[in-house]
Parts: sequence; C-alpha cells; structure tokens
Amino acid sequence: MPTKGKTGLELRDVRIALDGRELVAVNLTIAPGEVVTLMGPSGSGKSSLLGHICGTLPAQFDISGQVLLDGVALDGLAPQDRHVGILFQDDLLFPHLSVGGNLAFALPSGVKGKANRREQVEQALISAGMDGFYNRDPATLSGGQRARVALMRVLLSEPCVLLLDEPFSKLDSELRGQIRSFVFDLARKNGLPTLMVTHDPEDGVAAGGRLIELS
Amino acid sequence: MLRFIPILTIVMMIGPVSAGLIGTLLPAFGILPALGGTSPSLDPWAALFAQPGLDQSIVLSLVNGLAATLISVVIVLLFCAAWQGTPVFRLMQRLLSPILSVPHATAAFGLAFLIAPSGWIARVIAQFAGWDRPVDIAIIQDPLGLAMVAGLVTKEIPFLFLMTLAALPQAETERTAQITATLGYGKITGWFKASLPRIYPQIRLPILAVLAYSTSVVDVAIILGPTTPAPLAVRILGWLSDPDLAYRFMASSAAVLQLLIVIAAMGIWMLGEKVLGITGRHWAEDGHRFKRDGGLRRTSAVLAVIAAGAVILGLVILLVWSIAGFWAFPDLLPRHFSFRLWVREFDMIGASLWTTLLIGVPAVLTAVALVLGCLENEVRIGHGPGRRAIWLIYVPLLVPQISFMFGLQVFFTLIGMERTLFAVVLAHLVFVLPYVFLSLSDPFRALDPRYGQTALCLGASPTRVFWQVRLPLLTRTVLTAMAVGMAVTVGQYLPTLLIGAGRFATVTTEAVALASGGDRRMIGIYGLLQMVLPFAGFACALLIPAILFRHRRGMSAQSKG
Repeated sequence: MPTKGKTGLELRDVRIALDGRELVAVNLTIAPGEVVTLMGPSGSGKSSLLGHICGTLPAQFDISGQVLLDGVALDGLAPQDRHVGILFQDDLLFPHLSVGGNLAFALPSGVKGKANRREQVEQALISAGMDGFYNRDPATLSGGQRARVALMRVLLSEPCVLLLDEPFSKLDSELRGQIRSFVFDLARKNGLPTLMVTHDPEDGVAAGGRLIELS
Repeated sequence: MLRFIPILTIVMMIGPVSAGLIGTLLPAFGILPALGGTSPSLDPWAALFAQPGLDQSIVLSLVNGLAATLISVVIVLLFCAAWQGTPVFRLMQRLLSPILSVPHATAAFGLAFLIAPSGWIARVIAQFAGWDRPVDIAIIQDPLGLAMVAGLVTKEIPFLFLMTLAALPQAETERTAQITATLGYGKITGWFKASLPRIYPQIRLPILAVLAYSTSVVDVAIILGPTTPAPLAVRILGWLSDPDLAYRFMASSAAVLQLLIVIAAMGIWMLGEKVLGITGRHWAEDGHRFKRDGGLRRTSAVLAVIAAGAVILGLVILLVWSIAGFWAFPDLLPRHFSFRLWVREFDMIGASLWTTLLIGVPAVLTAVALVLGCLENEVRIGHGPGRRAIWLIYVPLLVPQISFMFGLQVFFTLIGMERTLFAVVLAHLVFVLPYVFLSLSDPFRALDPRYGQTALCLGASPTRVFWQVRLPLLTRTVLTAMAVGMAVTVGQYLPTLLIGAGRFATVTTEAVALASGGDRRMIGIYGLLQMVLPFAGFACALLIPAILFRHRRGMSAQSKG
C-alpha cells in the first residue's frame, strides 16, 4: 500500500465538552501504519472522540479544534464521505445479510461488475482464512470468525484511517491475542493510521505503538 | 423533505380533530349555513335539554365509562403485581396480544352470545337446573348498562395490559420485586408500593384514552348497552342519522356535551389520582407487608382469565352460530350445521371485505410511511421529540369520536369531498397513526445506533442505511405495526359511517347494523369477518419474516428481543 501523499490522521487541539464539562482534549498526529493507543477510565470521553472523528457524534457536544486526514479537514463532512473505518467491541455484522453480503455492503459502488465484486469479497474471505464462507449466516460463526469478518468489512470500504473502540474486550482471552495481531498486522500492511481506545493495558502493549493516558 | 414529515404527521392527526371540533361547535350554537343556520342561537341547547331521559343518558355515559376504566385498570394492575415474572404471566402475555386485534364489536357480539338469557352460559346452567326455556331477565342491554361495562372491560384489559408490559422494563420491576420480597413484602403489596409509582406515569395516557373511549363508545353500546334510554353517544348518532335535518343542530350541541362529559370523567379520574397519590405515599411508608396475599393473587388470575376467556369463547360461539342449523334451547350445540348462509352471503362478504381493504390498505401504508419518516428523521437530526410530543399522539384517542366526526363531515362537505374514499381514508388515518406510532416507536428507537454508524462509516449514504440496514432489521416490527394499523381501521365504525355517509359498507358497519335485527347466524358471520383481516395481518407479520430470514438466526424473534 503506497503511503506517498498520505500524512495520516491529525487531531489539532481537539476538545470535546458536554454541558460545559470538558471530556477530552488531545493534540496528536498518527502517521500511516502507526498504531496509537488511548487509555483511560470509562466516561473519559474516549468513545466520544472516535464518534467525533467519524462524524456521528450527536449535536449536543461542544467541540473545538480540527481533525485532518491526509491534510484534508474532516470537520463538516458527512460520515459516509470521510473514509473513516471503525470497529466497536461488538462486531455489529448485519444479521439480515449473509457473510458475503456484509462484505459486499462495504465494497464501494465504484467496483463494477457482479463477478468482479464477488471476486473481491472472496479474496477478502481468503485473506481472513475463511474461504467458502460467502453464503454463511453470520449468526452461525464463532466469535473469532465474526471479529475477522468485521475487520475485513471495514478494510473493503477502503478507509484512510482505522478507529478501534475497545475492539477486543468481548473476546475470550485465548482469541484475543490472535485477533489483536490479525488486526494490527493488517492495519500496518495497509498503511492505515490507527487510533485505538481501550482500558485494557495489554491492548496497548500488544499494539506496540505510542500509548497516551487520558485522565 | 424528511424534516417536514413530523409536521405533516401531526397535521394529519390534529388537523381533522380541530376541523371536526369547530364543525361541531358552530352548529351547536345555531350556525350551519348549509342548513339555514346563519345567526348564533341557543335553540339547539334548549331542544337538547328538552329531550326525555337526557340526564339518565348523561349519567349512564359518565358512570359506566368510569366504572369500565376503573375495573380494567384494577384487574390489569393486580394481575401484573401478582404474577409478573411467572409462567402464568407469560401465558397471559401470549394470549392477550392476539385478543387485542379483535375489534370491539366482535368481542361485544361474542359476549352477548355468551351471557344472553339464551346464551351458552345459560344453556350450560340449564343442563343442571332443568330449565326448558330462557330465563326472562334482561341480561344484555340491561338498564344499568352492566353488560356494556363487561364488554368494555374484556377489550380494554388486553390494551392496558400490553401498555403496562411496555412500561415494566424501564421501571426495573423484576429487580424491585426481588428487593421488596427480601424486605418481607407480599408480592402484590411490594409491587404496588415500589413499582407502581414508577409505572403509572407511563400508562397514564393509555388509561385516559380508555376512559375517553369508554365514556363515549358507540358500537359496543349499540350491541350491549341499554336502550331506554341509551348512553348519550348512541343517541347522538341517532339524531345525526335522523331524516329531519333540523336534528343536526341539537345533535351538535349533544356532541359538545359529550366532550364535556369526557372532560368531566378525566377530571374525576385525575382527582382520584391525586387522592390516591397522597394516601398511597403514607401507605407505602407504613411498613405493612401483607405477606399472605395468595387469595388475592388467585382472584386476580381468575379475573384475567375470565376476561380473556370471554373474548375467546365469544369467537367460538360466533363461529358456531354462523354455521348453526336448527338450535333449540337448552341444547349446547345446534342439531345440525350448515354453510348455507355463508354461501348465500358469499358475494356480500367479498364486497364488504373489499371495501374494508380499500379503506384500510391506503390508511395503513400512509401511516407506516409517515411514522417511519418521523422516526428516521429523529435518527438523522440526532434527538427525539420532547416529552410533550406524546400528548399530540394521544389527542385523537382522548377526544371522543362522536364529538368531532360530525363536524369533520360538515368540513368535508364544505370543501366538496363528502362521501369520497379519500375523505374516509383521511378519517381512518387519524386513528391509525397513533397506534402505528405507539407500536413502531419503541423498537425503532431501541435499535442499536451503532448499526447505522457502522454502515455510514463504511461509506453508505443515510438513504441507503435506512433502506438496506434499518428497515430490513425492523422487518418484523414494521409488519406488526401494519397489522396493528389494519386491526384499527377494520374496527372503525363511526368514521366509516359518518364520513362515508353510508356509502362504504365495511365488515364492521355491516356487523353493527345487524345488531338491532337479532339474526344470530348473520351476526355470527359478520362478527367473524371482522376478525379475518386483523388475523391475516398478524399471521403475515409472523410468517413473512420467518420465511424471509429462515437462514438468518440473528433475525429470529428471540435474539431480536
């Protein structure tokens, strides 16, 4: 994945407040392929920060500062125009679509041709070690499989940044290590600036990047 | 576009109610140019108060409305208090949901066939008592209106029960029950002292709607209510249908009087709330635990079962009558059965079902589209309406139908739309909208917002998120709301009759028209026909998602909550 012209995610003095109380204030640049971990107790506004970057934060929050992605300001853009990918602690696979349908949902409409689109989805399944799963019901997958499909879904939407909202907290400890390295490896391979919020110190260690503590 | 939908929805509900009230108020004071009323006068009121037995009609409406509401509320609350979290409770939950879709008129006919002197109950007693002819007392259409109250109670219990059910989770009643039990309280007392105060505010509007309905009911009163004199609402309909158009003025003032009666009933109810609120607070703190409440618990279950059983048995006896050949008293069943009447009525049945659909389908589709628009708009702008908005939803259910339907008829005549299908659909929409909203809003708002956020971040437009994510996830909910809406439009009697000016013969107008004739076989047929469409609607709401998502375990009823 080329990283030329890509400067990563820049949070310029971003402050988020609710009812006059400041929840979070950060000044941070994340380079392409870098993973930054934001640690803090629950209620410290970590998820609000991710919501703000996505553009899905409700209007009642007071926000100042700027969010730039590869040098372009995101503020004011609609969520669907931002190319920001996010993973939550739940995989949130759409239960009404098949595994393949979930992935195809994320594939940009610019990818033309039925066969071509199917091929791209199949490739994604193969790289997740799940070839042959196209028609499966997501409800029949194991926790690890669901987590991998969720990540592949985000990557297929061709994001320019990856946000992780405590993405491993619901996995059992055996799986957690496996999925962690799967996510971090792919994020680095794709040259994605990655911002993870968590309250599990092990996540930060496993990410191997900068670690910032919020109070 | 989307942001105008909430306004449009409110206009569709409040507009007809307001236009109708004005159209009633003006003739009540002598103004109705189409009938030569050009100057204000109090003559309609003088004529009204000269009617014989008016005070009796007023008392009947007021007392029976309050009684039916109080009895329904007490049974529902006692039952919830006594049985919440038990298998009995879950059984009742499953039983009462389909009963809710039984139109009022059908339930009333069924009850009449059960409790009449020659009804099933009398026939059972006759087997032991050795009666060879029906006892000669007026059980239905009794002068006190007891049968009417019973008919109202059997239908209001399921509605109030389901509204209470929706309020239970927010009040954390299961955990509260554990706490009161460990503090040594009897189940019922613990529930009334700790849970009810948190639940009541949420079921207050439904209760007031039940009160308004019971105080001004027409169809159930025609079937089960007293006739000499009848409750006020029934007499108003009589005056409105009188060939002598001069009666319209008096009928209008009576409709205004009916509104005042409903307001008085609500005032009395709210006064009762106040008194009980104050005494209840002392009672909650006095430490009495009433641990031995087994008797009361069983009584509440028996009452609830009787209420549900009356509707179900009523449907069965309607079916039996519709295919009955010769059926002498005191035989429990007819000597033989015959489909002769069904065959004879075949064309009429088809025609009235068709008319019912012709009104119902556009009304339901419009209502669902508007309500989905309102709810989707909430998601897009990021916040819901204020707490007061729920009052707007309830307005059509709190104003008595008879008080604004005639005025609405006047209004439609004024703009040249009288007797049109469009006008009838609009009138039905007024009542379909609130129920569709109540049915859709909670599940829609409960949908995990992160599904939508995820889809947006994957690059999907808000429109695509609605059609491809939110709507499919809510398939079952939307279909259920449609079935609820269909049950509501099928059950409408007054709007169809008055706005359609008799031009639209639906299954319900046909059935109620049969009430005075007393042909039990025909009543059986049309009573059952009223059930067909609501029942088909709920069957679709169960079957379609089951088939559509048969390979999607995550879409089954259990995992969707």
